[in-house]
Amino acid sequence: MAAASSANLDLTLDVWRQASPDERGGFQRYEMAGMSPDMSFLELLDQLNDRLEREGKEPIAFDHDCREGICGSCGFLINGHAHGPQSGITSCQLHLRSFRSGDHLVVEPWRSSSLPVIKDLVVDRSAFDRIIQAGGFISANTGSAPDANALPVSRTKAELAMDAAACIGCGACVATCKNASAMLFTAAKASQLALLPQGQPERHQRAVRMVEAMDDAGFGNCTNERECEGNCPKQISFSHIARLNRDYIAGKLRAVT
Amino acid sequence: MRWLFELLSSSIGKKLLMALTGLFLFSFLVVHLYGNLFLFVSEEAFNEHAHSFASNVIIRTIEALLFLAIVAHAFTGLYLARQNRLARPVRYRRHRAAGTRTLASRSMLITGSVVFIFLVIHLRGFFYETRFGSVYGGESLYVLVTETFAIPGYAALYVVAMILLAVHLAHGVQSAFRSLGIESARYTPAIRAVGLFLAVALPAAFASMPIYFVLQSGGVI
Repeated sequence: MAAASSANLDLTLDVWRQASPDERGGFQRYEMAGMSPDMSFLELLDQLNDRLEREGKEPIAFDHDCREGICGSCGFLINGHAHGPQSGITSCQLHLRSFRSGDHLVVEPWRSSSLPVIKDLVVDRSAFDRIIQAGGFISANTGSAPDANALPVSRTKAELAMDAAACIGCGACVATCKNASAMLFTAAKASQLALLPQGQPERHQRAVRMVEAMDDAGFGNCTNERECEGNCPKQISFSHIARLNRDYIAGKLRAVT
Repeated sequence: MRWLFELLSSSIGKKLLMALTGLFLFSFLVVHLYGNLFLFVSEEAFNEHAHSFASNVIIRTIEALLFLAIVAHAFTGLYLARQNRLARPVRYRRHRAAGTRTLASRSMLITGSVVFIFLVIHLRGFFYETRFGSVYGGESLYVLVTETFAIPGYAALYVVAMILLAVHLAHGVQSAFRSLGIESARYTPAIRAVGLFLAVALPAAFASMPIYFVLQSGGVI
């Protein structure tokens, strides 16, 4: 075991507390003294919740599951940055060594009318599920795994599709976009199929249906500022949005003829 | 026609409309600048060019489309801005940009609104006079333009409007191409570079004219 990378930290947290979707929320201040810099941010919240429970108070509700950055459950704004100040990681992968003792951290849930707060830092991401249900799949029965080289896919396309498929649906793109737009999420989920041969038959129909579901959920509109890409823990490329634009427009025009 | 209505009512459709009308208005700037450059040639050349434009059926048709484009661009822009605000009813206490937003991209609504107000003043001053007012009655458009440009207050307004137009276009041109789905590692850097160059160069060329005539009337040139 390596020794702690530096001295323990004293942190002040302002955490958004909201008992239920319909109640007004507000910030609560918590002082956390002597925290190990090797703790993850979620472990800091665990420690705080232990204390709150000992004191007979309601612990802070926050989503979490794998705690290794692959499930997409966790996520909130830490000092104005989705998943904290480091790029390319989720909140669970953020360690306290990213901060300095004495730092004052504001912890807020994603804010979007389409991803409403359920409790404290937990938001309802079922709007994402509805986008996937609308078209984020292929209808063909794929059967058993095909021979590796039976269906040629260029390395470039395979890599791009894999990059899009890295989306964990955490919602950081919506949270960070000034318009609360879900274009990066929708584009990634459409592109992971649009780039591969299996996704071609329904490519345009898929784009149309997913965008319709996205619009129905009330997300904002993309203004091409790339903030989503900059705060995406999986660093999904903004270029997928241009592909979704193309496929959607082509889908709408094709349906006419 | 239902498909067209559906297309234009979707989020991507509205962005498509913004992109197409925006690029159309942008392309008009080139034609407009070409005409304005005759100001530096001679009164006869400028008036001759203006007259040939005003009497051309194709130009008059495009003119009607330009008015439609301005209205569509402005109203869709306002509607999108309102939708975007509604998409985040509770604001963040602290929200930091990832670093890709620019002054231009953040201020599209403000720069666009000021340019629109300028456009109304500009059209009243020159377009209206050409089609229905004093120039239509036989006065020289060259005299009207150069005398108006020589008023320091108007020249200042013109220059400020051109600076804001440049800021608007700095984000608008490249954003329009993205909204149209035109993006590739090969072409996007060139589109961005040319777009940014024209976004600055065209308004700068326009702004040079009132500056020139103010300086000329002041005896500096």
